[in-house]
Amino acid sequence: MTNVEPDLDTVPETVGAPGAPHEIHVELGDRTNHRAPSAEPDGVIELRDLEVFYDKFRAVSGVNLVFGSKEITALIGPSGCGKSTVLRCLNRMNDLVPGAHVMGDVRFHGVDMYDASVDVIEVRRRIGMVFQKPNPFPKSIYDNVAYGPRVTGMKPKNMDDVVEQALHGAALWDEVKDKLKQSAYGLSGGQQQRLCIARTIATSPEVILMDEPCSALDPIATAKIEDLMVDLAKTYTIIIVTHNMQQAARVSYRTAFFTAAADEHGQRTGRLVEFDSTSKIFGNPSDKRTEAYITGRFG
Amino acid sequence: MTTATLPRANMLTRTRNRDGITSAVFAAVLWLCLALICVFLFFILAVIVQKGLARLDANLVTRQPSKIRPETAGVQSALFGTLWVGGITALIALPLGVAAAVYLEEYANPAKWWNRAIELNIQNLAAVPAVIYGILTLGFVVRGPVSIGAVVMAGGIALALLILPVIIITTREALRSVPREIRDGSLALGATMWQTTWRQVLPAAVPGIATGTILAMSRAIGEAAPLILVGATTFVTFNPDGVLSKYTTLPVQIYNLVPQDRDAFRDLAYAAILLLIVVLLAMNAVAIWLRNRYQRRW
Repeated sequence: MTNVEPDLDTVPETVGAPGAPHEIHVELGDRTNHRAPSAEPDGVIELRDLEVFYDKFRAVSGVNLVFGSKEITALIGPSGCGKSTVLRCLNRMNDLVPGAHVMGDVRFHGVDMYDASVDVIEVRRRIGMVFQKPNPFPKSIYDNVAYGPRVTGMKPKNMDDVVEQALHGAALWDEVKDKLKQSAYGLSGGQQQRLCIARTIATSPEVILMDEPCSALDPIATAKIEDLMVDLAKTYTIIIVTHNMQQAARVSYRTAFFTAAADEHGQRTGRLVEFDSTSKIFGNPSDKRTEAYITGRFG
Repeated sequence: MTTATLPRANMLTRTRNRDGITSAVFAAVLWLCLALICVFLFFILAVIVQKGLARLDANLVTRQPSKIRPETAGVQSALFGTLWVGGITALIALPLGVAAAVYLEEYANPAKWWNRAIELNIQNLAAVPAVIYGILTLGFVVRGPVSIGAVVMAGGIALALLILPVIIITTREALRSVPREIRDGSLALGATMWQTTWRQVLPAAVPGIATGTILAMSRAIGEAAPLILVGATTFVTFNPDGVLSKYTTLPVQIYNLVPQDRDAFRDLAYAAILLLIVVLLAMNAVAIWLRNRYQRRW
């Protein structure tokens, strides 16, 4: 694994040390959401036998996953294991990749998201996305937040309220309330990322997908985003791809571990190895590969 | 890294002169090439200014051409002709060119052979000599199927055809420089392709599009060859009053003044060249201003 972020908390000594003892210990820290996950996720989004191709290349295969609403689910695994590909299937952003092709079922409230009758615009409004690199629009802070409601034809009585609430929701209001008309590029990286979150929640989605949202941020900005995620999970379903295992351990209720395995032709295809509550994945994983990855001996 | 593995400091000292004779010669050759270009440019400008300055007076823009009294004649009809033809050129080439570029860059599937073929052909068109566009317009617009005659509209069409490939290519470059993340961010919020293009990508590409368009327009305004073919009339003493009016333009006027037998005609030609240079410099200045004004960082 090459993209590990510098960690916020001290990395437990066992992690990453060659020949680490089997006992796994990951510091959970203050930001852990202590709400115990229900036994089974309720399946607001469900994946059945998901398979994703880029032209002839099979990127992901055989993924069965059930996401719970108002929970944080983390997708972890080494680079190239297909976790971002899976995430991009959940709001059909993969449609934009030329040659991308999705097989199997992606169900949102039981409805097949890839059915011909489904309006992809509505899918993306209800399942928002925050990207790896903060990508505010070259517009004012206000216009960044108001953009989603405007383009999706929500006609709020008072756009100012929508913007204010979204910025409150993303814990950014106090920092920007006096410069709403200024360019979003004047904000720091962490503020820009929270602006992107505000922009996403302005369209009142149900689900927020986050693709390594902190990988371009410093530890302090990362901490703020993590706090925010835990807060947002009271209202929204959050699915996050992260390279930072401490982050997954701190914020998520459930964790899915992916890895890539080569087939007989040497083609590497991402597969889901294990999906369980985060405490189980980080405390007592069932699969040897998960354990090896968690302890830093692989990936 | 421990101190033991650090290289000894003396390994960094220069043991042979890398900026040797080859480098010096190469730099000198480059400098000479640049100097040669500058000398030519300066020489041309100096001659034009020296000969044209005397006639760069109010008469130049307030009076019409005259075959009898070149000493006090002007080129007003040509200046207005240039502005008319330039305006028509922009009105045709800008929307067509930008729309074609948006299609090729945002909508077309580059994997399809016909899109690649179109792309290749547009690049080739940019290298086609201007005269060819003049012949094409002569055959199809001035005469032939459309037959509107040698009017402002025909001149505008010829020049629009000439600069369309350049506008398409520069607009595509400008669109390509808009980061993928902007499009993704917009689409992920539930915006349509059209909304994303219209509200995010095009505004972000405006500086590049404007710069490319103005530079292409500068080229169009300086062209004489295609307009001579489509019959920009050589001697016009009235300003165009519409798109179906007869006209002449500054380059065509200059082309016709130079071979005249009296010095006064040539002096007028030099003054007209100065006027044309002023118009082109003004357009380039606008391009630079636009680029700086709307320059964005991602």
